[in-house]
Amino acid sequence: MKKEIVQSILKKNDGSRSGLISILEDIQAKQGYLSEDALRMVAEKTKRSLVDVYAVATFYKAFSLQPRGKHLISVCLGTACHVRGGPTVARGFEKNLSIKAGETTHDKEFTLETVNCLGACALGPVAVVDGHYFPKMKTSGVPGIIEKTRVGLDHVEIDTDQRVFPVEVSCARCNHSLMDPRHPIDGHPSIRVTVSFGHKHGWLALSSLYGSYNVASEYEIPTDAVAHIFCPHCHAELIGGAKCGECGAPMVPMIVRGGGVVQICARRGCKGHMLDLIGTTIG
Amino acid sequence: MMVTLHLNGLKVSLEEGATLLDAAKFLGFPIPTLCHMEGLSPYGACRLCVVEIGEGENAKLVSSCTYPVQEGLKIRTASSRVLRARRMILELLLASCPQSRTIQDLASAHGIRIQRFRQEHEDCILCGRCVRMCEEQMMAKAIGFRGRGQARSIGTPFDIKSDVCRLCGGCMYICPACQLRCTYSEPERAVCGGCANLMSPCVEMENFDDLMCYMDPCVACEIHKD
Repeated sequence: MKKEIVQSILKKNDGSRSGLISILEDIQAKQGYLSEDALRMVAEKTKRSLVDVYAVATFYKAFSLQPRGKHLISVCLGTACHVRGGPTVARGFEKNLSIKAGETTHDKEFTLETVNCLGACALGPVAVVDGHYFPKMKTSGVPGIIEKTRVGLDHVEIDTDQRVFPVEVSCARCNHSLMDPRHPIDGHPSIRVTVSFGHKHGWLALSSLYGSYNVASEYEIPTDAVAHIFCPHCHAELIGGAKCGECGAPMVPMIVRGGGVVQICARRGCKGHMLDLIGTTIG
Repeated sequence: MMVTLHLNGLKVSLEEGATLLDAAKFLGFPIPTLCHMEGLSPYGACRLCVVEIGEGENAKLVSSCTYPVQEGLKIRTASSRVLRARRMILELLLASCPQSRTIQDLASAHGIRIQRFRQEHEDCILCGRCVRMCEEQMMAKAIGFRGRGQARSIGTPFDIKSDVCRLCGGCMYICPACQLRCTYSEPERAVCGGCANLMSPCVEMENFDDLMCYMDPCVACEIHKD
């Protein structure tokens, strides 16, 4: 367990005795489950007895006291899904993953659970994998879904997916291009900047594909660290007034060739970004 | 402030904040209780103390231990509807905990002679007496409710000995379900006390000469037979 994570979550919710559920939700989201140590810390810091915290943690299905798999598969067994063959689909997943509902595979990849209604009765029998809905499920579709999930449901084929496109950016202050063709990422020239966090100072290469979060850097930037990004040419810090809508960290602005500004969140791991196009003419 | 209400046709004035159960006690009308206990906060879990309030179509059953007195309220503590509900509750309790003497006595007093439901032999009826005892009288909060629905149970967090438990035994002492086994603090009434003592009283026969054991099979006896 990361003690610091729990501590920072508790600090964020400081001062109020209400909000136990939101504290537990944050820990569940960060850790994937509620460990014994985490619950003890929550009880101590919020001045509740452990019994009360444990009662809440075991009452709600959203909380898990056991480590969960990387991917969560929920098979709906609500009335509508049930009569359309939900239990057969659930058995299909159980057979394919060799686990029972409510269990996690040995490699900690999949957790299978059955739920009583997902509110998508018209799509039944429905299964939800990592937030992706699979309507009108058949048992024959189960292996395909598991295979797709292993690769990653959010995986995007860069060459064929039109939602991903390359941008060319330059420094907002000196207007020098930041593109670096010598170090391609995702098959396109990368965006080269200087990054500073803690006492470390080094280069950082970002994918120039809008929608790709692939990066390479001289030093490993810890998740959740807010980095300062500098132009490698004029050495000015790339910083605007805007704050990230996702996490509140400062946004890093860069000029897009053709007109407009792209802003990315300075927090490592945060996917907050914004593309503001102005003055482009399509001819 | 005083509140006047009608209990089984009798007019009674009570202090505001009292419960219907207090009112019935004040006038001497018996209402059976199970999860209620003097000194513990009312909980309303067992529903055994149901009474009928209101008249005609608006009449409804409420648990008297949690319902506060209201001006002009009409209460019936022993209407046929109340008795029917109580009998059903007792039958269900008896089915889940047939070994409890408290429940057996209550069922017998209400004229239950046959068992219509399958016996479950649960150890607990989730009345919450022990939870309230631990929190309110022993100031410990070592045990509490866990899970929900069918999986609801009473115990310590993570099923390990709680740091705040002082082994006072209060939870076992007031338990209506395991009472048969747990009256160890009164040796003359004790059956076994095995749950509290590693060495059960029936083994130390010199202290408990008149002891009659109802426990069959008894773990302690089996161990000491050899």
